[in-house]
Amino acid sequence: MSRDLRFLPLILLALLIAGLVWRLATPLDTNVASKLDGQPVPTFDLAAVIPGKPGLASSDLARGSPRLVNLFASWCVPCATEAKVLEALKARGVAIDGIAIRDRPEDIARFLARYGDPYERIGSDARSQIQIALGSSGVPESFIVDGRGIIRYQKIGPITADEMPLILARLEQAK
Amino acid sequence: MKRAFLIALGLMVAQPALADSNLAPAYWANRQLPDERQEAAARALMGQIRCLVCQGQSIADSDAELAGDMRDLVRRRIAAGERPSDIRSWLITRYGSWISYRPTTEPAALPLWLVPLGLLVAGGLLIVRRVKVRRRK
Repeated sequence: MSRDLRFLPLILLALLIAGLVWRLATPLDTNVASKLDGQPVPTFDLAAVIPGKPGLASSDLARGSPRLVNLFASWCVPCATEAKVLEALKARGVAIDGIAIRDRPEDIARFLARYGDPYERIGSDARSQIQIALGSSGVPESFIVDGRGIIRYQKIGPITADEMPLILARLEQAK
Repeated sequence: MKRAFLIALGLMVAQPALADSNLAPAYWANRQLPDERQEAAARALMGQIRCLVCQGQSIADSDAELAGDMRDLVRRRIAAGERPSDIRSWLITRYGSWISYRPTTEPAALPLWLVPLGLLVAGGLLIVRRVKVRRRK
């Protein structure tokens, strides 16, 4: 009995090391995906922040055609790099709305003047309440909402230029 | 000497370039509810809700802005008379059971409940065998 089990500790150690090496080689994805994928957008009505640009309400997201809702902030560095990709998506005919997270009107205005303004509407979420209601955990994040107000896709992190075809395909699917 | 002192002083006030907003924390983020029982209920819940930014900390412990906004949300809802269990399930419908530290009875959590029982049984068997061997001697 004990002769057969003699190498058991060594085998357990080898398994433990193999497990640790595997986890180091393929790190865990720490993104927390929203569970609202396939669910209606929670009801909200966010005030406008920029003069001449309307605020954003959940009813604006159920108007018959898919829209891209982008959670951004002027204090968010990746958002600045994402701005030109959003511009390119807009040039392809994508309807984009913005939710500004924990931001001041003057800072948003400066951010848009510097990096471009692809948004049709911008709502201000100063206490991150709509962000939490959407199941989002940071900025930037984007949701594709179909014409009936159902969330079809969530993109965590900035949309990069090579992800544009994916986003366009997802928007096409949401039609 | 004076210059070195000024540089040291300057370094002390230097702000790290954090990716944080310019807004002050939400009103109820770091403020207790006036009603003691409500505050106790909020605290108990906040200790069991996981922070999305500093994953591994509860929103009660985390300094992240989003954690502050979540504390604000919890306190507002409790002050409005909502039950902590309802707030917890509201968050779970958004972020999954990941957001709550309280162990669930989902199949994925079964090992958590069964492994201690299994170890107890294994330990018991081990003791029984040892005792028998000794008696034979």
